[in-house]
Amino acid sequence: MKARIHVTLKNGVLDPQGKAIEHALSNMGFGGVDEARQGKFIELELSETDKDKAHENVDAMCRKLLANTVIENYSIELE
Amino acid sequence: MNDIKITPEIVKEHGLTEAEYDRIVSAMGREPNYTELGIYSVMWSEHCSYKSSRFHLKKLPTEAPWVICGPGENAGVIDIGDGQAVIFKMESHNHPSYIEPYQGAATGVGGILRDVFTMGARPVANMNALRFGEPSHPKTKHLLAGVVEGIGGYGNCVGVPTVGGETNFDPSYNGNILVNAMTVGLADKDKIFYSAAAGVGNPVVYVGSKTGRDGIHGATMASAEFTEDSEEKRPTVQVGDPFTEKLLIEACLELMATDAIIAIQDMGAAGLTSSSVEMASKGGVGFELNLDKVPQREANMTPYEMCLSESQERMLMVLKPGREEMAQAIFEKWELDFAVIGEITDTGKLTLTFGGDIVGDMPIASLVEDAPEYERPYTPTPTRPTADVPAVNDLNKAVMDMVGGPHLCSRRWIWEQYDHMVMGDTIGRPGGDAAVVRVHGTDKALAISTDVSPRYCFANPVEGGRQAVAETWRNITAVGGMPLAITNCLNFGNPERKDIMGQFVGCLEGMGEACRALDYPIVSGNVSLYNETNGSGILPTPAIGGVGILKNADARATINFKAEGDTILLIGETKDELGASLYQKQLLGEDSGMPPHVDLTIERRNGDFVRALIENGQVSTCHDLSDGGLIAGLADMAIAGSMGASVTLNDDQPLHVSLFSETQARYLISADDATAEDIRREAKDAGIPVTILGKTGGKCLNVNDGTIDIAMSDLTSAHRDWMPNFMKNAS
Amino acid sequence: MKSAVIVFPGSNCDRDMAVALTKITGNKPLMVWHQETDFDTVDFIALPGGFSYGDYLRCGAMSAKSNIMKEVIRRAEDGVPIFGVCNGFQVLTETGLLPGALMRNANLSFVCKDVKMTVANNDTMFTADYAEDEEILIPVAHHDGNYFADENTLDTLEGEGQVAFRYNEDINGAQRAIAGITNKRGNILGMMPHPERMIEPALGGSDGRKLFTSVMNRLS
Repeated sequence: MKARIHVTLKNGVLDPQGKAIEHALSNMGFGGVDEARQGKFIELELSETDKDKAHENVDAMCRKLLANTVIENYSIELE
Repeated sequence: MNDIKITPEIVKEHGLTEAEYDRIVSAMGREPNYTELGIYSVMWSEHCSYKSSRFHLKKLPTEAPWVICGPGENAGVIDIGDGQAVIFKMESHNHPSYIEPYQGAATGVGGILRDVFTMGARPVANMNALRFGEPSHPKTKHLLAGVVEGIGGYGNCVGVPTVGGETNFDPSYNGNILVNAMTVGLADKDKIFYSAAAGVGNPVVYVGSKTGRDGIHGATMASAEFTEDSEEKRPTVQVGDPFTEKLLIEACLELMATDAIIAIQDMGAAGLTSSSVEMASKGGVGFELNLDKVPQREANMTPYEMCLSESQERMLMVLKPGREEMAQAIFEKWELDFAVIGEITDTGKLTLTFGGDIVGDMPIASLVEDAPEYERPYTPTPTRPTADVPAVNDLNKAVMDMVGGPHLCSRRWIWEQYDHMVMGDTIGRPGGDAAVVRVHGTDKALAISTDVSPRYCFANPVEGGRQAVAETWRNITAVGGMPLAITNCLNFGNPERKDIMGQFVGCLEGMGEACRALDYPIVSGNVSLYNETNGSGILPTPAIGGVGILKNADARATINFKAEGDTILLIGETKDELGASLYQKQLLGEDSGMPPHVDLTIERRNGDFVRALIENGQVSTCHDLSDGGLIAGLADMAIAGSMGASVTLNDDQPLHVSLFSETQARYLISADDATAEDIRREAKDAGIPVTILGKTGGKCLNVNDGTIDIAMSDLTSAHRDWMPNFMKNAS
Repeated sequence: MKSAVIVFPGSNCDRDMAVALTKITGNKPLMVWHQETDFDTVDFIALPGGFSYGDYLRCGAMSAKSNIMKEVIRRAEDGVPIFGVCNGFQVLTETGLLPGALMRNANLSFVCKDVKMTVANNDTMFTADYAEDEEILIPVAHHDGNYFADENTLDTLEGEGQVAFRYNEDINGAQRAIAGITNKRGNILGMMPHPERMIEPALGGSDGRKLFTSVMNRLS
C-alpha cells in the first residue's frame, strides 16, 4: 500500500519560503495569487494491507517524526 | 546496449573526431563496443586527458625542496615542517554551474574536497574564484545567487569553513560563468595516500553513495563549447549530498588511521571509469571489475551507465588482503555503502564483467598514455601600443563610483552566507588580503589567496600570467605569510582557435616565469577549455590559488587601520600604469594599452621587506595594492578600520595617475610615528622606494588638502550596500 | 567539571565544542556517539552545532529520535545541565525539551557573522557570570534560526525569565528577537549563536567564555 503524506505549515506560522514564491510569481507577472504556502510531500511504500492499521501507523509516524506538530499540520492519503 | 552499432554519428556525439576513433580502433585491434566507446570518450576528453594543454603544462615549474607531491595526483602536497603537510588543489565546475548554479557549484565544492581528503588530509579551508557576466545581464543575479547558495549549502554542511575568494563581473562571462573551488587540507607527512594500485589479487573496493544515472557525460560536456540549447542538458547535472560527504570524510580518515589502504582515489568526472583507469595506470596493473557488485540506486542500469555515471560522494580503494572486514565495519558505522567490486590483475587491461559476460576489455595504457596530445597551432597575442589614459573631471565621484561599484565593493553579502568560522581556527576572515587559518593545535597558520586579473591576461597574456601568480604571492605576504606553492584553474576559450591558444601559451609563460622567480612552484591544477558561447570566448582566466605559512600566527597583519594618528606609508614606486586598469575600463569604458609590468625582482624585494616587518612585529596593518590602485587600497583600510585618513600625493605625476595606477609590488602600511620613521629608514637603507603619505584618523578620506574629500560614512555605505542592493529580489 | 559532547552523524561543531570545553574547564569532554544508549556520569552535556542528518526533513528532527537522546532526556530530568548550540538547539526543540521551533531564516539565506546580543537574564546557571543586560558579541552561523512559538508560549518564556539571550538587531526573523532560551527548571539552555567560537582574542573575542565559566562556577 502507498501512503502519501502532505506536511504543511499551520495557519499563522510565518512561511518565508511561501512568501518568496508568492513574491517571485508576482514579479514574473502572474497575477491573482493571493497567498503561497510551501510544504512537504512524502511517499511511503507500506507492507501493511489493512487500511485502518496502516493509517494508525502512518499517523504515529507523522506525529513522532515526519511532522513537527508545533508548527506543522499533516494529512494522510492511502491507496 | 552493447549491441548498438557504432556509427559516425555516435562517435561524434561522444565528442571524438574521426581520427581519434581510428586511433581507438588501432589501439584495441578491433572496433569498440558501445560501453568501451563511452569509456574512451571520457578518458580522451579534454577534461580527463588534457590533450590540448599537456604539451604546455609540462613547461611549468613544479619542484622545490618543500614539495612532497606535484601535479599528477589528486592534489598537490607540500611540507610545512613539524611532520605536517598541506594538501591542496583548485578545480573548475564552470559548465555545470551555468546550467544549474546551485547544484553545479555545490558538487564543485564536493569534488574538490574529495580530491584533498582522498590523499589523507582533513580539509581545513575552502576558497573560491568566481566570475559572472556583467551585472546588468538578465542571468547574472540568478547565477550569482545560486552559486553562492550552492557553495555555502555544501561547505557549511560538511563543516569546512569557506574562508575567502574573489568575485568579478565582466560581459565576457555572460554565457560562461566560472566557478573555481579550492580546498586546503592538513595531513601528517608520513600518512599521505596515493592512487597507484598495487598487488595482483588485491581487492578493489567501492565506498560511499550508490551509483545512479547522474551526470552521464559530464566530462564530455565540460569539454564542449556551449550553444543556445545547452540549457536543455539539465538532467546531466549531478546532485550533491554534503551530508554523505561529511560521513565519507570521517569514515575515510578513520580507515586511513589504520594500515589497510594501498591506494585510494575519488570518483570525480567520469566516475568509476576514470578512477579505476588512473589507479591501474599509475600502478602499472590491470583491473577486473564485476559491475553486478556496484551499489546501484536505480533499477536496470547498464554497464555504460555505471561506468560513466558521475554520482557524487563515491571513492574507490585498493585494500590489503584480509582488511576488508575491518574496513567494512568502519563504513557501516558511518552508514555508507561498501562493496568489493573487483580485483587487481596482471593483464594491464580494464576488464568489465556484467551478468557473467565480459562487457568491456581495454588496454589501460591505450586509455591513458595513448590519449591524443595536440600541439595546437597558436598566434601570440599582439603587443598593444601604450595608451594615454586621461583624467576624469570629478575625482570625488570617481572614487565613490569605484569603491561603491560592482568591482571593488564589499563582498560581505557573499561570504556571510558561508560558514567561515567552523573548525575554530579562522583567524584571518574573508575581506582581507589572504585568509589565515591556524594549523590546529600549533602556533603556525596557513595563508591562502585566490587571484587573477583577466583584464591583464587579455591585454597581454604574459604579463597577466605573471601578475596572477605575483598577486597571490603579494596577498599572502601582506598578511605576513611566506608563500610556498600554488594550484591553478586555467579557464580559457576554445583551444582550436589560434588566438585563444595564443592566450593560453602566453599566460603559461608568464606564470612559469613568476613561479621560478618567486620560488613558488605549481603543485596541482586543472584546465577548463571551451568556455565559449556561440564563438565568443571568456577573458583568459588562469585563476591561481596560493598557499603560504606563518610560523607565528600572532605576528600577522590585517588591512584595517588600528589607531587614529598613525602614519601611512607606501612601499614601492607608483608609475604611470593605467593601461588595462579598472579605472580605464570602469570609468572611461575603454580597454587599451599595456597592463602594468610585473618586475619579479622588485616584487620579491618589496615583498620580502614587508613580510619581515610583519614577522618582527613592527607592522600589523598592511594591504597590497591591486585593482583600483592606491586610492582603492586606502579606502579599504579606512573602511575596515572605521576611521578616515588624510594623505598627500606629490610624486610628480598627474593626480589621477597617482590615485588609480595599478603599478605592481606596492603595499600600504600604517604604524605609529616612531615605528614609521624606523621603517622609512630601513627601506631607504635597503634601496626600497618608500613614501610617507599621511595620517590615519578623522571622519573623511582626504587627499591633497581637500582635492578629494569624501565623508567616511558615505564611502562606507556605498562600499557596503552595492551588492545587497544589487541582489535584492534575486531568485 | 566533567562534560560530554554528543556526536550525531553530520555534527560539525563537535570538535569546536570539545576544544572550548577543554580550554576552559581543563578537562577533555567525553565524545558520545549517537548510537550509544548510556555513558559515564558527567556534570554537563553539550549538543553541538552542525548539520546532523544533513538537516534533512527538518533540522534536528532525526537526531531528536536517536538512541542517545533518550538518555539525554533522562539526565535532563535528573537536573543535569544540557546545553544545545545551533543544531543542538534545534534538536532540543525537536525533542520537546525546549518549547517552540526554529524555522528557515526570514530572508531565506544562511547567515554567518558576529552579532551583538544582550544577556536577557543573568540569573541562570549558564549566564550568571555575565552582567545584567550585558551586551556581548557572539557569532551566528545558521540557515534555520528563526525562533517561533505561539504568543502564549512567548509570554510565558518572557514572564518566567526563560529568555536568556536576545539579538540586538533582526538577524533571522526570530520572534521577539530571541537568540536563546532555557527550560522552566533552568537546567537546559538552547541558543543559536556559537559561544564556543568566541573564546580567545585571536578568534575575534572572548565573550563566549563566561557561559562556560558560569556553569563551572555553579557546579563547583
